[in-house]
Amino acid sequence: MSNLAAYAHLLASGAAVTLCLAGMSLMIGLVLGLALAAAKLSRHRWLAAAVTAVADFIRGIPEFLVLLIIYFGGTKLLSDLTGDYVEVSPWSAGVAALSIVFAAYASETFRGAFLAVPRGQVEAARAYGFSRWLTFRHVQLPQLWRIAIPGLGNLWQVLIKDTALVSIVGLDDLMRRSKQASETTKEPFTFFLAAATIYLAITIVSMIVVAAAERRSSRFLERA
Amino acid sequence: MDFIEVAGEWLPALLSGAWLTVQLVVISAVLGLILAVPLALALAARTPVLRALAYGYSLFFRGTPLLVQIFLIYYGVGQFAWIRASMLWTVLREPYTCALIAFTLNTAAYSGELLRGGICAVPRGEIEAARAIGMRRALAYRLVILPRAFRIVLPAYSNELVMLLKASSLASTITLLDLMGVTRLAVAKTYATVEFFVLAGLVYYAMAAAISFGLAQIEKRANRYAAVAR
Repeated sequence: MSNLAAYAHLLASGAAVTLCLAGMSLMIGLVLGLALAAAKLSRHRWLAAAVTAVADFIRGIPEFLVLLIIYFGGTKLLSDLTGDYVEVSPWSAGVAALSIVFAAYASETFRGAFLAVPRGQVEAARAYGFSRWLTFRHVQLPQLWRIAIPGLGNLWQVLIKDTALVSIVGLDDLMRRSKQASETTKEPFTFFLAAATIYLAITIVSMIVVAAAERRSSRFLERA
Repeated sequence: MDFIEVAGEWLPALLSGAWLTVQLVVISAVLGLILAVPLALALAARTPVLRALAYGYSLFFRGTPLLVQIFLIYYGVGQFAWIRASMLWTVLREPYTCALIAFTLNTAAYSGELLRGGICAVPRGEIEAARAIGMRRALAYRLVILPRAFRIVLPAYSNELVMLLKASSLASTITLLDLMGVTRLAVAKTYATVEFFVLAGLVYYAMAAAISFGLAQIEKRANRYAAVAR
């Protein structure tokens, strides 16, 4: 137990890296997911079909494999292109892999949410002279959130847990820090249990936040 | 193309890796489902203590990364001298059994949660009818509620199985040569990085498609009585 106190700062710095990685991937993944959903609903059939096929493929292969393709494949590709040895950092490979996986799933959630906004509302906005962007910003997006938040909340929980994979390619996140501590102290159970507890705490806080966001996004419904 | 030649050399290893992946998924899916039934019953139970215990189990296994769970079992358990001295150690020092234990406990938590949802979704009238014709609680569960709950849950369970397939790739982190493990080995030996990873991706994708297809067939069969009624 005294070891746990001695290594607490190490675990804390790892947890900070984990949270940054998850937050960064969430932001990029949300934007990318919206773009992919728009592409899936595009009038250009070939674009919709291609994006759907790629997103399906990504959802059908292990997240771990996506990470390794980007980490090792990216390093090889960049090195071949530049003629020098260029290494993709674990951090950027992690952010890229996690946001791509998040976006592949989120695009389905967003697509469903887009379709759930009644067509009449979009037509009404357009009839009022709203541009496409204004319609999206003021009519579709606010309702999109309400429908998408439960699904996105689940994806966020999956994302947090998937960050642990990046420790395997050498990012000093919570998982790798606890592995390092367990190796020096020879107390693997203590440190992996500590890591599990921290992940669990992050999950529980996320559950509470998502529930609050869900309530907030549908507050106009309660009034009606 | 010389990758085809290289891939040909690695074919036997890749096949044995894929076979290990299938083993891991099938065994832990079956054991996990067996474990999921009492878990779901406990989650839906009226006794608060039982419910709290089951919820704690489910929250732990669904709220922490699978990688932590694997490491807890494979590396963690060896911390205790009394385990290393006991019979258990013959099981717990093998990566194969450790991976199976981790996958089973993990998928049991997800399936148990699904099955609880299924039990709650069984129409009340059917349960009352079973009770009214004199079935005891246990019999009603066995003949009416659980079969119905399984059928309700089937579409979602297909997703859970695909998740389990993808999660099984983590077995390679504890030295197992599953499809992912063999692929990583091939990449390290041949430097055909992207080629081998994409090949593995295609195999995983095909397996996931097979799971979805198989479960869709089972779903059709399980719901065949409904089609007649329609």
